[in-house]
Amino acid sequence: MSPTIGGVATVLLIEDDALVRRGLQLALKRHGHRIEAAEDGEDGLARFGIGGADVIVLDLMLPGMDGFEVCRRIRESSQVPIIVLTARGDDFDVITGLEAGADDYVVKPVRPTVLDARIRAVLRRAVGDPDGVRTHRGLRIDTEALAVSVDGREVGLTPTELRLLLALSRAPGRVFSREQLLEEVWEQGYLGDSRLVDNGVMRLRAKIETDPARPEYVQTVRGFGYRFGPV
Amino acid sequence: MSGLRGRLIVTVVFAAALGATAAAWAGVQQSTASLFEAHRRYHTEDLAGRITQAAPSAQYPPGRGSLDRLRIAAGEHSLVRYGDAASGDGVFASGAQVVPAELRQAMNAQADSEDPRVLTQRVRIDGRPWLLIGAPVMITAPDGTQAPSGIEVYAARDLTDVEEQVDGLVRGAATTTLAVLPLAVLLALLASQGVLRPVARLRETAQRLAQGDLAARTEPAGVDELARLTRTVNDMAASLQDSMESMARMEEDSRRFAADVSHELRTPLTTLTATVEVLHDILPRANSTRSADEEEARESAQLAVIETRRLVELVEDILDIARIDAGTAQPRWEETDLFEVISTCVRTRGWSDDVVITGPAAGPGGPTVMADRRRIDVTMANLIGNALTHGGAPVRVVITATSEGASVQVIDSGPGMPDDVLPHVFSRFYKADAARARTPGSGLGLAIARENALLHGGEITAANHPGGGAVFTLRLPRAPEPATGEVHQEQGE
Repeated sequence: MSPTIGGVATVLLIEDDALVRRGLQLALKRHGHRIEAAEDGEDGLARFGIGGADVIVLDLMLPGMDGFEVCRRIRESSQVPIIVLTARGDDFDVITGLEAGADDYVVKPVRPTVLDARIRAVLRRAVGDPDGVRTHRGLRIDTEALAVSVDGREVGLTPTELRLLLALSRAPGRVFSREQLLEEVWEQGYLGDSRLVDNGVMRLRAKIETDPARPEYVQTVRGFGYRFGPV
Repeated sequence: MSGLRGRLIVTVVFAAALGATAAAWAGVQQSTASLFEAHRRYHTEDLAGRITQAAPSAQYPPGRGSLDRLRIAAGEHSLVRYGDAASGDGVFASGAQVVPAELRQAMNAQADSEDPRVLTQRVRIDGRPWLLIGAPVMITAPDGTQAPSGIEVYAARDLTDVEEQVDGLVRGAATTTLAVLPLAVLLALLASQGVLRPVARLRETAQRLAQGDLAARTEPAGVDELARLTRTVNDMAASLQDSMESMARMEEDSRRFAADVSHELRTPLTTLTATVEVLHDILPRANSTRSADEEEARESAQLAVIETRRLVELVEDILDIARIDAGTAQPRWEETDLFEVISTCVRTRGWSDDVVITGPAAGPGGPTVMADRRRIDVTMANLIGNALTHGGAPVRVVITATSEGASVQVIDSGPGMPDDVLPHVFSRFYKADAARARTPGSGLGLAIARENALLHGGEITAANHPGGGAVFTLRLPRAPEPATGEVHQEQGE
């Protein structure tokens, strides 16, 4: 995975509506992305298996295998960033999509500039300047190689999870509000959905904490947000 | 003990006690009467027998000796009188004064009768009960006819034993009555339970219905009033359940409809949004010496972009208001600093030059309410946007903490609103001036602002400011009613 800001990223667009698929394809191409388009879940999984992708834009309402299932299947083997597209705009889709492993979501109709900004945000891996290796108990974060290991065991994080961990661990003990994390990790303004943060923390904990219910590294500060470090 | 049960038991016990007492009393009365009657008959016959035996041997007119003999024959406690002469012993030792006047008069009254009877009366002498018997002595002539002899025999018979027997009877009756009482209480309890158990079951059913378990029913038992009441309650529950189910169906239908419409409208709008931006992007970059066709194409693309955005806004607004109408809006409550939300709202929309915000600054002590941040942002954007479009800059926003929560006033610098417009400003698609060209916005902005205020348990009012300009006031409670949604919980720990 090599895409960076300004680089050409391969976007796998899984969308069943032919016109929407073509429209988004035209628009994203103008923003400098290379688009692979798939018309349903099976097609999407097959294309991802063959050519891979830097980011997946996934419609949730698909014939046959729905978007949630596609999302779960991809997460079984890959940390590729996933942005889900929902046409219902209701909370059920959003929550279920995030729980299935999506990094972000957009509600149709989405403006191409907004979708492009989200794609670039989920593709970015680093946050801040690399400052060597940070270690906290069994957790080891290499900010240059962008590698994370727990008790010597390598942990695969999505770019979003990595950015979240880098942001929090940059200042151990400091409390970050959800809005700050939304801004820094998801590059979304104050009206962004704070559930992105909650869900990201949940998935991060599942990967790095021994007991996610009693976290060692990422603590909840009730009413404020999150902080990194001991209780 | 519940009221109904208490009353039932008291009534039953009282009735049982009354019945038992009446029966016992009647029994005692009858037994007493027959007991006394038996004794009376025995003693009168006994005395009559004694006199009949002794009388023939008496002289006539009797002398002292005859009277004494007769007295002895009559037994103890006897008095034999003839004229002024009398012979008595026992209670009669001191003469005839113990014989009550009534008995004496009754004896006198039948003195000349040819068929006098033996008379009796019960009296108390020195506290003891006695049966006094008065018997006239007859003389039998040689021809067999009888005539009064003028001799009267009085005898007193002690009734103490009989009275003791009667007392025994009364005691027995009282004991029986008392013994019946606990039995009556027991019966009353059983009876009350028989009546009250269905009542309790019915109450339980009503309670479950009230708590929302619309499937709750009570099996009606018997054919009495309670069974009829139970059936009525069951019928009521059934019709309640029916209407609730049909309401739930309608709600579900409208929810699905909103979701379907949402999906159906958003899908083509997604293509439209994407492609008009592509068009708009491409056309201005056409070569510098544009042809008229290219100029018109560019302008058309621009119009298409603007109108598509407006259409998207309109669809979002309609869907939002439909969600609120259907009660499916799910606000995300969080502690919200009004000053911060409103300043960000103004800043991000580029209104900072035209809007002045006053009020307690953000931070501790500032007015915070439990609110849905996004909805407050939308509401304030609609109010301030409306003030800028229809009123005029500068727009003042005044935030005040109130005893209930907070209030936000949006005051514009325009001419104010005509009185006939005021009542309609929150109506959907209301246009103050029908002839006026379309203005930016969906025409739903103020309606949505009001719905959002209501969703928060607050309100919005519109008025004209005394100092000129229109003023919209948003009042928010410190926290919405608990029923309107779940407070957003942070995950973790």
